Amino acid sequence: MAAKQKKVSRNPDLIRGVGKYSRSKMYHKRGLWAIKAKHGGAFPTHPKKAPEEVKPAVEKPAKFYPADDVKKPLANKRKPKPTKLRASITPGTVLIILAGRFKGKRVVFLKQLTSGLLLVTGPFKINGVPLRRVNQSYVIATSTKVDISGVSLDKFDDKYFAKQVEKKKKKGEGEFFEAEKEVKNVLPQDKKDDQKALDAQLIKAIEGVPDLKSYLGARFSLKSGDKPHELVF
Amino acid sequence: MVFKRYVEIGRVALINYGKEYGKLVVIVDVIDQNRALVDAPDMVRSQMNFKRLTLTDIKIDIKRIPKKKALVAALEAADVKTKWENSSWGRKLIVQKRRASLNDFDRFKLMLAKIKKAGVVRQELAKLKRQSAA
Repeated sequence: MAAKQKKVSRNPDLIRGVGKYSRSKMYHKRGLWAIKAKHGGAFPTHPKKAPEEVKPAVEKPAKFYPADDVKKPLANKRKPKPTKLRASITPGTVLIILAGRFKGKRVVFLKQLTSGLLLVTGPFKINGVPLRRVNQSYVIATSTKVDISGVSLDKFDDKYFAKQVEKKKKKGEGEFFEAEKEVKNVLPQDKKDDQKALDAQLIKAIEGVPDLKSYLGARFSLKSGDKPHELVF
Repeated sequence: MVFKRYVEIGRVALINYGKEYGKLVVIVDVIDQNRALVDAPDMVRSQMNFKRLTLTDIKIDIKRIPKKKALVAALEAADVKTKWENSSWGRKLIVQKRRASLNDFDRFKLMLAKIKKAGVVRQELAKLKRQSAA
């Protein structure tokens, strides 16, 4: 017999707080008379458990008594909701970035990361936008889609984009006077390879559509006469 | 100035204001100085102020307040749809609608096509200029 997951009440609500059937009707409906009859006129009971010996809790004297009464802040149990992705943004959508150094660039959307940011790539060869995270609010979604089905995106998550932590070097006196070592921000070779591998598959799909490559290479701008609220993207 | 388009029963008009903006309707009756009873195959017969209507050149042959079936039959017989779509006014509206519905990608492709066409025209012009100069 399949166990029902939700127990449906036999007493439907007329309005909230008022049931359709009275106590005596419910007694009959639940079959309590049958249970009583089965057990010879009384409800079946479990034998009462003997109360266990409750050992008095041994309180250890506190190690530290603070001088003033310090108020404890209330516990914050807030869990932030995962960012809702706009319905117009699906994997493979061409997005227009609106802010930052890549503003106006048309870019391919790959997936939404757990932080809520969108993972996006130019592709790099076409318009110079690398694998990058972008906030949904700074993006216009167009209705143009690129076929992204053959691409694996499992290795890209928020940790992939974390800043590299440099080990702190203790500066000796002499080193203060030396010229500071140039902090070189070289991209590690494996990230470059990731970009190339991902883009190779995307570019194949993009070149299948005429003019799409030059479209992604061009920046978006408002021209004279354009009314943004009337433009269909 | 002579008027050419009259308000009469059977006159096809374009709604130029309101929720039904851009629809073609037929005037099936005149209510008073300002209002007409209009009807179209896909709407409920209703009253409309003349100020919301722009008369077209097309007129169909119907009796006063025909039944929906009779109206549809008369519209088919007069072939209003093709007459409208072939008229310059109708064609302009179709082009406007198409332009408004263009995608960002479509607008990009349109720009490329315009540049290409302009290039070809300029080449031809240059050729003709050289011929006339020579």
